[in-house]
Amino acid sequence: MNQIVLEAKSVSKYFHDPITVQVLNDINFTINRGDFVSVIGKSGCGKSTLLYILSTMDTDYGGEIFIDGESMKNKLEVELARVRNEKIGFVFQFHYLLNEFSVLKNVMLPGLKLGKYSEKEIEHRAYEKLKVLGIESEALKKPNQVSGGQKQRIAIARALINDPLIIMGDEPTGNLDKKNGEIVFNIFKELAEVYHQSLLIVTHDQEFAQRTHRIIEMEDGRIIRL
Amino acid sequence: MDLKLLVSISGSLLVARLKQTIVAGVGVTFSIAMFITLLSFMSGLNDLLDGLIINRTPHIRLYNEIRPSDLQPIDLSERYKSHHNFISSIKPKNERLQIYNNGAIMDFLKSDPRVSGIAPKITTQVFYNIGAIDLTGIINGIDVEAENKLFLFQDYVTDGNYIDLKNTPNSIILGKGLADKMLANLGDIIQVTTSKGERIKLKVVGFFQSGLQDIDIAQSYASISTTQKLLGESGSYITDIQIKLKDITLAPGLAKEYQNLFDVEAIDIQTANSQFETGSSVRTLISYSVGITLLIVAGFGIYNILNMMIYEKMDSIAILKATGFSGKDVNRIFIGIALTIGIFGGALGLLLGLGLSWSIDQIPFNTTALPTIKTYPINYNPQFYVIGVVFSIITTYFAGYFPARKASKVDPVIIIRGK
Repeated sequence: MNQIVLEAKSVSKYFHDPITVQVLNDINFTINRGDFVSVIGKSGCGKSTLLYILSTMDTDYGGEIFIDGESMKNKLEVELARVRNEKIGFVFQFHYLLNEFSVLKNVMLPGLKLGKYSEKEIEHRAYEKLKVLGIESEALKKPNQVSGGQKQRIAIARALINDPLIIMGDEPTGNLDKKNGEIVFNIFKELAEVYHQSLLIVTHDQEFAQRTHRIIEMEDGRIIRL
Repeated sequence: MDLKLLVSISGSLLVARLKQTIVAGVGVTFSIAMFITLLSFMSGLNDLLDGLIINRTPHIRLYNEIRPSDLQPIDLSERYKSHHNFISSIKPKNERLQIYNNGAIMDFLKSDPRVSGIAPKITTQVFYNIGAIDLTGIINGIDVEAENKLFLFQDYVTDGNYIDLKNTPNSIILGKGLADKMLANLGDIIQVTTSKGERIKLKVVGFFQSGLQDIDIAQSYASISTTQKLLGESGSYITDIQIKLKDITLAPGLAKEYQNLFDVEAIDIQTANSQFETGSSVRTLISYSVGITLLIVAGFGIYNILNMMIYEKMDSIAILKATGFSGKDVNRIFIGIALTIGIFGGALGLLLGLGLSWSIDQIPFNTTALPTIKTYPINYNPQFYVIGVVFSIITTYFAGYFPARKASKVDPVIIIRGK
């Protein structure tokens, strides 16, 4: 069970505009399968920057990232898109659902892109995910017709559709009230403990972080607690 | 699978911005419709004007001309062969204008597979007598049936029946302008004086109107036999042989060939009427440039709307990229949107263009110069429609290309962090 899904090796990052500033300095850590990890730190400590580097969306960094044992260095944009599609699920602070599509279709989109299953199967799987998250009754509505808490759960269903290696979250509860935040946390916890889903959540909600399995604390671009 | 997904995303974005899509589509529709209408109308007019000349002009005309001998005696001298000779003592002699041995020439031409038809003709100068005044003019002696077959003679005969020219001996069809001057009506007898001084009475059986004033006030038609009688010549006297070819472009080459073969003068239509081709091509060029300008303007409309759509849909683009759509996929989505607008707008434009052309075709257009034309001329050439479609697709593709490239380069990190 101690399989490494994500590894960062001496990752560093500079911002060059307007002056060169080092935002990440020699970041090293690993995440195993089933780990529920939170990254905390003050605003501007580089935790979101780190997340985007780990997620392969930001390619301008030093050091190396391994996802599923594979280096992300020197990969083409198309290949990285494929990695994100297949191995990473995203949950952002804002839900980013497409209002043009139904809730169900929003969840299905990454699955359709991956093309591993037939459309019918993906639809079935999407229903399953929505059911796990308790929102299958909203499946045929448009995203702008459901509540904020439900939107975030739809976004989680979307992140899960391709059975990713790891789910990455950027302040997933940041926009939610206490009750909905609790629901989302419980979903994450259940995913980690029941389905052995790896999770890497950036947050500055201390209470949220305390209840995860592991906390990575950052300050000024360095990890101060692993 | 991938393509189907991208198409469905394009479609949803299109439907979500239906109003803008329609505005962009209408721009394309309008420009394609105008492009087609303009070209059809312009080309119809061109055909009409060219037809004025080309329908009535033989592709090749064989004739004899009074001209000096090609070689002067000094040119034949061995001694002065290498000198520059400028003495020309031998003047043109009084040659007959008749084409010799024309029966054999015509038989030969009829059997030439490149020739679609021939019509013999006699052209002679006459004086039309009106009371005390003589008007100079020309009588064309024609083979009525051949002339009608090759040059649509009956289209220009506005009064009377053209075939009477053949059936009534000593008959004439006068130019409309000439008839007005002579105060001649159908059935009247007019008098002409030939260049040899003989006076002959001819019966007016019709009037013709060619659309060219200069012709209508000076020329008239009679049958070949009447003209031969007029000139006091035998039944084999012919001054012109008019040839129509199956392929008009062969005319210059064939003219040279016949000139050598029959030892007569031969002139082709391209040489005789080069100004018409120039006029047509300039008019066509103008209509194409106006049409293409319209399309480019429509292209800018699409460009604007797509650009706006991309700004509005920044979030969607970012999340698509975050969840595994590559820049290429996003590019295809927006190109797809542009092409959809182009294809649907273009197709509607074709229909609208056809409709507009048809309406113009119904507008009455009566002019005394053009007796056969009743409505504005339209050329329904399918080529215009093909060009219209191809061009609408090309312009919309390029109008979509730049916004799509911009969308494909959207950095999801900036959008997602910006919230």
